[in-house]
Amino acid sequence: MQATYLTIILAPLVAAALAGLAGRLIGRIGAHTVTILGVGLSCVLSVGVLKGFVDGTATPFNGPLYTWLVTDGVHMQIGLLVDQLTAMMMVVVTFVSLMVHIYTIGYMHEDPGYQRFFSYISLFTFSMLMLVMSNNFLQLFFGWEAVGLVSYLLIGFWYTRPTAIFANMKAFLVNRVGDFGFLLGIAVLFHFTGTLDYAEVFAKADYIAGQSVQFVSGETWNAMTVACILLFVGAMGKSAQVPLHVWLPDSMEGPTPISALIHAATMVTAGIFMVARMSPLFELSTTALSFVIVIGATTALFMGFLGLVNNDIKRVVAYSTLSQLGYMTVALGASAYAAGVFHLMTHAFFKALLFLAAGSVIMAMHHEQDMRNMGGLRKYLPITYWTCLLGSLALIGFPGFSGFFSKDALIEAVHLAAEKGQVAGAGYAYFCVLAGVFITALYSFRLVFMTFHGQERMDEHTREHLHESPWVVTVPLVLLAIPSVVIGWFTVGPMVFGHWFGGSLHVAEAHDVLGELSGEFHGPGSFVVHAFSGPAVYLALAGVATAWFLFLKRPDLPAALRVKLSGLVRVLENKYYFDWFNEHVLAAGAKAIGRIFWKGGDEMLIDGALVNGSARTVGWLSGVARHLQSGLVSHYAFAMIIGLSALVAYTLLHG
Amino acid sequence: MIPTSLADFAIAAPEVTLLGVACVVLLLDLFIGESRRGWTFLATLLGLALTAFVTLYCAPADRTVALGGLYVADAVATVIKFAAIATMAVVLLYSRDYLSARGLLQGEYLVLALFVLLGVMVMASASSLLSMYMGIEIMALSAYGLVAFDRENPIAAESAMKYFVLGAIASGTLLYGISILYGVTGSFDLNAVQAGLEREVFFGGRHIGLLFGLAFIIVGVAFKFGAVPFHMWVPDVYHGAPTSVTLMLGSVPKLASFALAWRVLAEGLGPLSHEWHDMLVVLSVLSMVIGNIVAISQTNLKRMLAYSTISHVGFILLGILTANAEGYTAALYYTLTYVIMAAASFGMILLLSRQGFEADRIEDFKGLAQRSPWFAWMMLMVMMSTAGVPPFVGFFAKLYVIQAVLNAGMVWLALVAVLASVVGAYYYLRIVKVMFFDAPAERAPALGGSPAFRMVLSANSLAVLGLGVVNGPLIALCQQVIPH
Repeated sequence: MQATYLTIILAPLVAAALAGLAGRLIGRIGAHTVTILGVGLSCVLSVGVLKGFVDGTATPFNGPLYTWLVTDGVHMQIGLLVDQLTAMMMVVVTFVSLMVHIYTIGYMHEDPGYQRFFSYISLFTFSMLMLVMSNNFLQLFFGWEAVGLVSYLLIGFWYTRPTAIFANMKAFLVNRVGDFGFLLGIAVLFHFTGTLDYAEVFAKADYIAGQSVQFVSGETWNAMTVACILLFVGAMGKSAQVPLHVWLPDSMEGPTPISALIHAATMVTAGIFMVARMSPLFELSTTALSFVIVIGATTALFMGFLGLVNNDIKRVVAYSTLSQLGYMTVALGASAYAAGVFHLMTHAFFKALLFLAAGSVIMAMHHEQDMRNMGGLRKYLPITYWTCLLGSLALIGFPGFSGFFSKDALIEAVHLAAEKGQVAGAGYAYFCVLAGVFITALYSFRLVFMTFHGQERMDEHTREHLHESPWVVTVPLVLLAIPSVVIGWFTVGPMVFGHWFGGSLHVAEAHDVLGELSGEFHGPGSFVVHAFSGPAVYLALAGVATAWFLFLKRPDLPAALRVKLSGLVRVLENKYYFDWFNEHVLAAGAKAIGRIFWKGGDEMLIDGALVNGSARTVGWLSGVARHLQSGLVSHYAFAMIIGLSALVAYTLLHG
Repeated sequence: MIPTSLADFAIAAPEVTLLGVACVVLLLDLFIGESRRGWTFLATLLGLALTAFVTLYCAPADRTVALGGLYVADAVATVIKFAAIATMAVVLLYSRDYLSARGLLQGEYLVLALFVLLGVMVMASASSLLSMYMGIEIMALSAYGLVAFDRENPIAAESAMKYFVLGAIASGTLLYGISILYGVTGSFDLNAVQAGLEREVFFGGRHIGLLFGLAFIIVGVAFKFGAVPFHMWVPDVYHGAPTSVTLMLGSVPKLASFALAWRVLAEGLGPLSHEWHDMLVVLSVLSMVIGNIVAISQTNLKRMLAYSTISHVGFILLGILTANAEGYTAALYYTLTYVIMAAASFGMILLLSRQGFEADRIEDFKGLAQRSPWFAWMMLMVMMSTAGVPPFVGFFAKLYVIQAVLNAGMVWLALVAVLASVVGAYYYLRIVKVMFFDAPAERAPALGGSPAFRMVLSANSLAVLGLGVVNGPLIALCQQVIPH
């Protein structure tokens, strides 16, 4: 089995190395062939692994591959943990990645950086697999940083655009804040356990929960709360939770396949995965769970609002991603880890689909992204339209679609958690996720109606050239549409209400909301019927109806509303002033402090006195010593004799 | 004392094989025409493969001493011999194009190279001061010949002359030290010497002659290592010799130097470790500081690498001077990895050189990244590793040595080592800067090198990365062979 796992990880790495280092040698076709073969191999093997778990023939694997370093008694190992949670993530990552690889052939067709692009996305797949298959914090951190690096490289893929460079710098900096918390969280755990191995840390979880940390004298904190909140700060950076969400909308500067793969389906869900993986720790701190649920709920609702005022087709989908990540986080905070991870999976399929569909539209429109210049594209792009419609229905949670099962289970779980009052903020979260359903439906169908229906608002030249995308683009759309529609039917039972995840997720007895709900679950069919007795479905339908009314029936209304609610719209268009605050207070303040240290500390003291001073000294010494090498044998022999005499003298005097 | 039967010679089977190979090559070369020199070369490589096989095959399970106490076979010897054979094979492979372009690919060259190797192997197995001295001389005399091999070249002849004169002084010093030691302990046999010294030390006697002899022996050892202040020959010889010879001198004999220090200082003179410890501290600090500082102002890459070697020798001595198993392990690891890095960096010069052009100035590497990105990256890895940047193997070599020094409680020495390597990073990174950020010289032609050369050089450079990422097995091997 170990060989299989290794192949899954290494195949994309090898492919990335080939496409990246020998890109010019193997050419465009060679580059995409080798990377698709690599990722395809990983995908097939991952499906095999998942099948093993489904059939019950496989058992979780947890073992080291090799010891990288031993220092001070700490074993830094490279190891694998493959259980049900990992297997699911592996399939999602490799499948979406494979689809995106194929799609890229069409999307990046004319780009001069073709091979580089393929190399990066294969490298990303490798990094993501390292992240999810790790059995220790060190390797997790490696994967965490590696996906961040590739994300940085890909946001700035078109490195001649200043906006792209600004966006990737922003993503990098914001993620540093999150990663700093993450690293501190790992350090707290390491401080109390002395190990980096998951299993060993989990075994000592009760001990950590009994310890306390003192920051300011008299102010003690539970160690587990501190560790979990810090870890979650890392997740907030990577999974773009308020207030560390600011980088994700800007990351849309990258090519669309990347938005689908990294900034929607996989990398941004790493935070969700990490918290689920750490469930044995989070379960021991209700304070941390409370923090998680409040942050998640705020993200889920307030980022959804932003989707309503944006006109860039990709940014609307990006805000929708933020909002959905908030949903997953809420589930984690309610201890419904299985529901959160389940939503992660369904979201990966339909959100990748929506992004790729948006990319298909952008291609057809010659890289026009403003929805105000679209409309009526349905008849020009039939396949894109239908797949996008299916994806949107899944996103809003239309009964029977995959998103319905995950979102409804999630909302039910939060509802129960709020009723039980198991964590503070669950009531607020329930309100946010419910209201979010309406908002989601509203902005999703605003996108569908503005893009595919109504008046054709593009210019004449663009209209003449409108045509459906080539098969390499439409086939991934169709292949992603299939799981987006149907996967909920046969996975909701075992994954959310069954015991499929086994020991990979841990829920405390008192928090087991999904366990309590499972008594009421009688198959997916009755689940759909049951949903009609709750408010979520009606809210979603109301959202669609409102979108229809505002954007198709009375397209003059939105403009009037804008004028009426101009104050609110301004807040939304400025994205709640987060960017303003970051740029004018945080960045400007840091720059001012930096300037003081730069001018005073660095230029004068360190550079002037220490660095240049010591460099001059070394340079001078070097020049002097060089002259000792005269080239004359007699001098050399003399030096030897002097050396010998010194040694003899030393021993005689000393001894 | 005198070996009684032929079976006693089984312990020296690798050396006997190598000697046989050398003779066959010498004879073969006589009967082969000038145009078919490739066959001699091939025979040499095959002979090396055979010797490597015999070395591994005949390696005894336990430490064995035979031939009347002249010869020892143990795990350390096997490791050093095997590494030396492999390095020599790689060195010859790198040298081939260079030699044939200059008309130096003659049978004698190969035979001399084999004799250098023979000397190294004898030193690795010497368990008596006599056999050790014999090994040193076999190696040194062949090396003098090799440095002067390009007869037409006056610089080469001059540096060979210097090498010879200084080498003779060092040999004399060493021999004088050995004779004093013999006078005190009454034996050449290192085991007997050790036992004798233990008695001396036990009875509290600090024989003044003994310390005298020790100082002389240290001079001999330091000269072989090229430690400051017995290093003056190194830059001149490295610079003057044909690059293929520099490559050989920069790699294989370092293994012999370690063997010399291990057999004589650690094993034979172990009881005097307190005395030689202090001497080595001085030599090591001087080597690290002077080697790194002087390297900065060099414009010739071979000279720069010569000073770099001197600084690395400081690190190897750092491991040895702790006089405990951890330090010896680190020193052996350092030596093995250093040889790999040295082979790659000199190999790179050979790759860039061509007929009538030596490529040994730093500016010859300008813009290599544009001419050959692949080899520029390879050179980058080698330089990073030599500078001691993780995750390359050179980092771990330094780490283990410094760790050993720290565990021995010498914090200031560790600090000196770290500061010296910071200074050293400058000139390694300068090469990287020149390769990647400077424009190539006009009319810089494409890189030469046979496919085999390019492949082995790439593998050699990648090993620097690979052994760093997977550093466990090699250090485990070193721990295993050094007795605790």
